[in-house]
Order: sequence, then C-alpha cells, then structure tokens
Amino acid sequence: MAKHLTPGRIVLYAALLLMAIYYLLPLYVMLSTSVKTLDDIRGGNLIALPQSITLDAWSKAWSSACTGVECGGMKGFFWNSVKMAVPSVLISTLIGAVNGYVVSMWRFRGSDVLFTLLLVGCFIPFQVVLLPMARLLGELGIANTTSGLILVHVIYGLAFTTLFFRNFFVTIPDELVKAARIDGAGFWTIFLRILLPISGPIFMVCVIWQFTQIWNDFLFGVVFAAGESQPITVALNNLVNTSTGVKEYNVDMAAAIIAALPTLFVYMVAGRYFVRGLTAGAVKG
Amino acid sequence: MAALSINNVCKTYANGTDVLKGIDIAIEDGQFLILVGPSGCGKSTLLNMIAGLDDISSGDIEIGGKRVNDLSPKDRDIAMVFQSYALYPSMSVRKNISFGLEIRKMPQGEIDATVERVAQMLQMTHLLDRKPSQLSGGQRQRVAMGRALARNPSIFLFDEPLSNLDAKLRVEMRTEIKLMHQRLKSTIVYVTHDQIEAMTLGDRIAVMKDGIVQQFGSPQDIYDNPANLFVASFIGSPSMNFIPAQVVESAGVLGVKICDDQGCVILPLPHAQDKMKPWLGREVIFGIRPEQITDARTAYREGLPVMACHIDVIEPTGPDTLVFVSLNNTKVCCRTHPTEAKLPGHSMELVFDVSKAVLFDPTTEQRIA
Repeated sequence: MAKHLTPGRIVLYAALLLMAIYYLLPLYVMLSTSVKTLDDIRGGNLIALPQSITLDAWSKAWSSACTGVECGGMKGFFWNSVKMAVPSVLISTLIGAVNGYVVSMWRFRGSDVLFTLLLVGCFIPFQVVLLPMARLLGELGIANTTSGLILVHVIYGLAFTTLFFRNFFVTIPDELVKAARIDGAGFWTIFLRILLPISGPIFMVCVIWQFTQIWNDFLFGVVFAAGESQPITVALNNLVNTSTGVKEYNVDMAAAIIAALPTLFVYMVAGRYFVRGLTAGAVKG
Repeated sequence: MAALSINNVCKTYANGTDVLKGIDIAIEDGQFLILVGPSGCGKSTLLNMIAGLDDISSGDIEIGGKRVNDLSPKDRDIAMVFQSYALYPSMSVRKNISFGLEIRKMPQGEIDATVERVAQMLQMTHLLDRKPSQLSGGQRQRVAMGRALARNPSIFLFDEPLSNLDAKLRVEMRTEIKLMHQRLKSTIVYVTHDQIEAMTLGDRIAVMKDGIVQQFGSPQDIYDNPANLFVASFIGSPSMNFIPAQVVESAGVLGVKICDDQGCVILPLPHAQDKMKPWLGREVIFGIRPEQITDARTAYREGLPVMACHIDVIEPTGPDTLVFVSLNNTKVCCRTHPTEAKLPGHSMELVFDVSKAVLFDPTTEQRIA
C-alpha cells in the first residue's frame, strides 16, 4: 500500500471534500440564519457568518411564533408529534414482530399469501387511502384526534415492520424453534424468551424507520389531525406560511431545525444498529 | 427408556410428493437405531415425525407401547440434538441446559443438581456461564448433548449431530456418544448420511433410499449380507466392487468368469450353487469387497483362486495399500498389505476370497445369492 499522496488521490479527496461541502451547505445556512438577527439577515448575504449570535429566534419559534391565528410557537405541536410518534412506533413495531414471527416460524395454510398481501401494503400510495380512512376514522369517532392518527400510522407501518421482522426471523435456523418446542416451550415463550432477546438490531431498524416515517409525515397529519392536534410538520408549514408583515427567516429556520431534531437524534443514538440490522443474516456467523 | 416401534408410517406432502412410503421399524428398549441414507431419502423427516415436529400422514408411531401420533413434541418424553446444535443464543450454557427443566416446572434445587451432574459428566463445568457464541464447535456439540441428557427422556433423537465438526473431533465425539450409550443404556435414534458413523455406532441400522427402508438389521449383517445393490454400494468404504460377469460351469461347479487383458479365470462360488442355477450362461453382477481380493500373505488361506493382474494405480493408506486393477473392463479395488503391493504397470498375483461374494440381478439390482 502506497501512503504517498499521488495526484490521483489529491483529486479524489478534493472532489469528496467539495461534495461534502455541497451537502452540508444547507444545514450551515439553516443553523447560521437561525442565530442571526433580522438586520443581519437583511444586511449580509446567505452564507456570511453571523455578526452576533442570538437565540431569540429559537425561543420565539419554540414558544411564541404564530402558526395561523394561534401564537404559541412550536411547543405544543412538538409534543403532539411525540404523543403521536412514540405510541405509533412502539405499537407497529411490536405487532410487526409478532406478525414476522408467525409468517416465518409458524407457517400455516395461506401464510405465504397473507405475507404477500401485507407486502403489497408497502406499495400503496398514501393518497389512495385518504378518503376511505377519513370515513373510517369518522365512523370510529376519532377523526381529528391524535389517537386517530396513531391508528393510521400503525396500520400503514405494519406492512414494513412485518417485512423487516419476517426477513430477520427467516435467517434464524428453524431448529432453534424445534428445540424449544421439544423443551416444552409454547408460542409466546419461544417468542419472548428465545427470539426477542436476539432481535435487538432489527428492532432498531424498525424503530428508526418507523420513527422517521411517522415524525416526518405531513399528508396524514394535515388530513386527519388539523387544528389543535396537528403534528409538528403541519405546524411548521403553517408557521412558515403565516406572514405578519416581515418574513422572519431566522424563526423559520429555527422552527425547521426543531422539527428535524428528533429524527437526527434517533439516528445518532441508534444509527450504528441500522446498518448492522439491515445486513443481519447477509453473512453467516 | 422405552422401546420404539414405527408401523407402516407414510408421509405425503400437500403437493402430492410421497416422502416416506410405509416405514416399518421396531427397536427394543436401550437399542441404538441408525437411520442412514443419501440426502433426500426421508431419514430426517422420519426423525421429525418421531419427535412430533412433522405430522404423520398414515401409520402409527409408538414409544414405550404408547401411541404418540397425536401428542405434541413436549408430551412425547423425547430429547433431540440438532445438526446446528440449536443452542439458545441469548442464554448462558447453564440456562440452555435448565430451560427445558424450568418449563417443566422442576423445583429449582433439582434443576441446579441436574445441571451440575450433566456438566460434570460432559466435563464442561467451567463453561457453564459462557454464551454459545463463546464456545468452539465441539463445546457447542457437548452443550447440545448436555441439554438432552438433563431432560432424561425415554428416547434420544440425534439429527446428524457430528456433521458440522472437523474430522478429528468427529471421531472423538463418536466414541463419546457410544460410551454414553453404553453407560446410560438409553434408547437412541440417530440420523446420519455417514456410513462409518452408522457402522460404528448402531445396534440396528435402517438403510433408507427414496422413502423406503432398503434393509434393516445389525451392522455386520448389513455389511455381509446386503439386500440389494444400493445397500451393498452405500455401506463400506472403499465401496464393494461390482463386476459384470457371466455365470459358467466348470468341473460341475458353477462360478463367474473374470477376465483381464492377460486371460480369464473362473471363480467357483460353492456357497451359492442352487441360486445360481437359473442364471447359467447369463450375465450377473458379481459383488466382492476390496478386502476379499488381496495378496497371498494377507489371504493366509490355501486353495483360494488366484489371478495375476495388471496394476493400474495404487493408493497407499498406511495400514493397507489399495491396488486398482481392471477386471471385465471394470475398475476393481483390492486391499493388500503395504509391503506386498507391486508398483503400477507391474503384474501382481491376487487371491480371491469368494466365500462372502454376492451376486445381483443386473436389471432389478436385487440380491440373487
């Protein structure tokens, strides 16, 4: 291995650096704009460093910016999203785990058909289910509530979580389940005591995937939970579109970062499991 | 401990494939039964059916005189050792062994004593707190056996337990399993595709092919008296020689005519006269094991037919040298003493011990004599 910097290497690194800067630039613009004063924004250009750093825009975005007629900031809607995303993620992941366990380890007549149908669920576009779902939520009396939104996300997420868990469990030898059956373990004992303890990586994959999907969802949020219970993505849109004379770019940027923080956080905490989980079973050992 | 009897058991899958076609096997309490055959012969399916992991399409399986067809695996009082060991990955060795006992609600004190006893018996007390991922292949194998032993079942089922071990360890574990059987006098059903394991371990061997038991008997009986060409070729290494030969009469005795490029001899088969009569003048398959064609010093008996043969290839194995010659245009393997074997290209006098030679029908491949 040559450790010298050959001309080829220099060009390669330069190109990589350039691409990295290109990708990081929007984040930089968002961060720097969010700590600038409005005068600073108007006076300087987009990528100039802030002349003084202020967190006023952040506190305004969090607690007093106007989203439509209300002026309570993003705070309430942030918690709306948390209240919606956490149960949705947990419920859809847990049901997906049981589903995946059944279609991989306890095959029954028609289980392959069932799995294929579930798989089709991954490909149904959001728009197709809007009207039927609105009617269903209305019938159930949970239209425009967080519970309603949770139900929608759980149903929609099941296709993915079932697929993830099924694909993970098929890599585990059948003999493990056979051995447990001979040892006298039943359906739930095998699931809870033998399979769940080794499902950590795929749990992480499901949680990250579902959390990102659900937290970032806009369409279901705007359709099924307008007003008080709307999630942060909808609130962000309202905030940016509500103009009271001057356009406050710094507040918009701060609000956008607040809306994106939880998914970033989840990636940082659990990201290393993501790749590990996705490739689990790809190599023997 | 219990006897096992399998009566006319069939297995047909939903798509119509017949995997097992009427299996009849019975062993007594404490016997070591081997199910052996090439892959796809149905031996593992049969084992799974004994275990209760696969449904029985028709027929009965009885353990200790009790029909178990409709019992779930946990109620059959069996324990199984799998090829992949199937140790629970998240549990320590101790937990792996005690898991089945806990589920059966054995009191904790008894569980601890059992784990301790089994660990001592398999010399793995120092491994008890490790996870399966921290064990070598041989150690995992031991834990899998320990898990089965702890349960003290009426029948042990082994599904190719040694296939994942390296050659040296496989021989060691083989002896250990045999020792365990001798000590515990337990009833064992053992599936393998390895005919050496079958010969060395079994009290009874069932040689299977295409869902049918081709022959069921003691190892020596199967080796000496194979029922058909398949059994004869499957059991024994190197395999039995099959030489197409004509049945001829010489001096009032029937025999087979064997030629090489230098000439022919007639090997008389006095032990098979009656059965050979209808075949006079016709072609049969003459089966003779490599150790029955040897040098004069190893043969040590007088009066056996001798033939000088041209050597094609030799393979020294250490204790013996395998000499390959060409008889009736068929490659024939002979087992000779290393110091007596000649070099390739030379001619060597080979002695034929025909007392255990067998004859097969070339079309049905069934045994004639």
